[in-house]
Amino acid sequence: MFSFVVRRLMVAVPTLLILVILSFVLMYAAPGGPFNSERPLPPEVLANIQAKYGLDQPFWKRITDYIWGVVAHFDFGPSFKFKDRSVNDIIAQGFPVTLTYGFWSFVLATVVGVTLGTAAAIKQNSWLDYLAVGFSVGAQVLPNFVMAPILLLVFTLWLGWLPGGGWNGGEWPYLIMPVIALSTSYMASIARIMRSSMLEVLNTNFIRTAQAKGIPMRRVILRHAMKPAILPLLSYLGPAFVGMITGSVVIDAFFSTGGIGTFFVNSAFSRDYSVMMGITILVGTLTILFNLVVDILYAWIDPKIRY
Amino acid sequence: MFPNRTTVEDIENAAALAEVQGRSLWASARARFMRNKAAVVSLIVLILVAAFALFGGFFAQWERDFVDFSLMGRNAHLGVPSFETGHYFGTDNSGRDLFARTVQGTGISLMVGIVGAMVAVLVGTLYGATAGYFGGRVDGIMMRIVDVLMSIPFMFVLILMLVIFGRSILMLFIGIGLISWLDMARIARGQTLTIKNKEFVEVAVATGVHPLRIILRHIIPNLLGIVVVYATLLVPNMIIFESFISFLGLGVQEPNTSLGALISEGAGTMQYGTLWQLLFPLFFFVLTIFAFFFVGDGLRDALDPKDR
Repeated sequence: MFSFVVRRLMVAVPTLLILVILSFVLMYAAPGGPFNSERPLPPEVLANIQAKYGLDQPFWKRITDYIWGVVAHFDFGPSFKFKDRSVNDIIAQGFPVTLTYGFWSFVLATVVGVTLGTAAAIKQNSWLDYLAVGFSVGAQVLPNFVMAPILLLVFTLWLGWLPGGGWNGGEWPYLIMPVIALSTSYMASIARIMRSSMLEVLNTNFIRTAQAKGIPMRRVILRHAMKPAILPLLSYLGPAFVGMITGSVVIDAFFSTGGIGTFFVNSAFSRDYSVMMGITILVGTLTILFNLVVDILYAWIDPKIRY
Repeated sequence: MFPNRTTVEDIENAAALAEVQGRSLWASARARFMRNKAAVVSLIVLILVAAFALFGGFFAQWERDFVDFSLMGRNAHLGVPSFETGHYFGTDNSGRDLFARTVQGTGISLMVGIVGAMVAVLVGTLYGATAGYFGGRVDGIMMRIVDVLMSIPFMFVLILMLVIFGRSILMLFIGIGLISWLDMARIARGQTLTIKNKEFVEVAVATGVHPLRIILRHIIPNLLGIVVVYATLLVPNMIIFESFISFLGLGVQEPNTSLGALISEGAGTMQYGTLWQLLFPLFFFVLTIFAFFFVGDGLRDALDPKDR
């Protein structure tokens, strides 16, 4: 087990390094600096600014400084556009918001998806099953940027029940629409995966044996069927998590929730490269960490995995 | 000695009969696909959507970039969809004909999906088949590269690229091409691993056929079924991907448009009572994605022996 974790880490660390180098080289290759504006700055001023941000250093010095800063101090450097704020300040402001509704979306998608999928598999070909299948087929075509306008239209413009945007410290009326918009399509996928894998497990011999012994159905499902049935789902949770973090960009842009997505899109328009890089690397780290956790969980639950 | 005439005829007839009864893999797959009503209907819908994107422009009464200044600001009353004004789908906030714009948006979205799928088929299949066929260390390295690329948050890197190298359709295609083949490479590799131990591959190896030729002539044709299925399922994902970026305003730029950009615009103006701006692009988006998923599912049931 230990060697498995070490081996997975040995893939994760270079991946992260590649991501950092890739985004740095992209930024370095960008035509025009962040300080090239419509009205050209006097050369002395430009030189001063470049010296302040270390832009006058040679490539190798800059990239090693940057990587060292990121790796050793989690320091992503200063923002190019906000004079008095570092990338860390911006992340510290936006990330808790993203994490809050991202967490709830993940929980909602997983809990509802697993419950719905399991229920549909147990009551195969009942109205519940058809409902679940219908939902999981229909919701495939409702990614977050389609769900968000529809929800806003119905619950804010027509019914007037929920505020149309903002965050307000994460009060629940402000949370509902972002969480639903973000989780719907993943909920559908989770329900579908869960249903098919549960159906497969329920047809195996050991479940039949358990039932023949007279163990109550509830116990058979929870104690015997759940563990093997949840395995295929586990490998989907990694991509689902990444999708939700990525989707938060749309949520932030649409509901003005003020998460990292807001800053990412704003810095994309104002060419604030250091903020973009910082957020990209942060998201990349999260992705890699999450996949690592899922892999380890997988190896831990499934005794057939050799590691 | 010789069999008499009637026997010969009988044998010939029997042979002809056998020919009719014996169906190739593809023929039986087609029959299975045709039995799946949802898939057939979806295929027809897709053809109609494609026809709309290709020929819809001929029916538009207005150019897609013609700005009607007399409508500006009075869109909610005057820009209503109607046949009399020639704005079948109404107009947008700048007084442009939404019908012509939806035609173009649908076209660009379809093109993005198809380009993504084509790159996936070409690069992914070849890559996966090569890795699977050679196996061992080559396979290990090639698949590790795929693993590494897969755990990069590409949406963010692509947006970074779009900002740095300018927002253009070409850049979008490059970005989509960079990621679309990864899953396909994995699928093709897995399938190759089972195919490469078959007798016909052994024969090819034994007769000294060059490895590249074995991959191209013997392995890839046998992958085609599964490749077609996943390519069809990939198209809607690529369309969603592009629409996501265009929704943020970072993808296709004015005066061009895609369904994602149109949905974004419609969503931004819906509080002014111009709902048609949201609903028409949304309708075509949902219809296209739905149809592709159903056709893909139908193809999988028809071609993928595992799920039969």
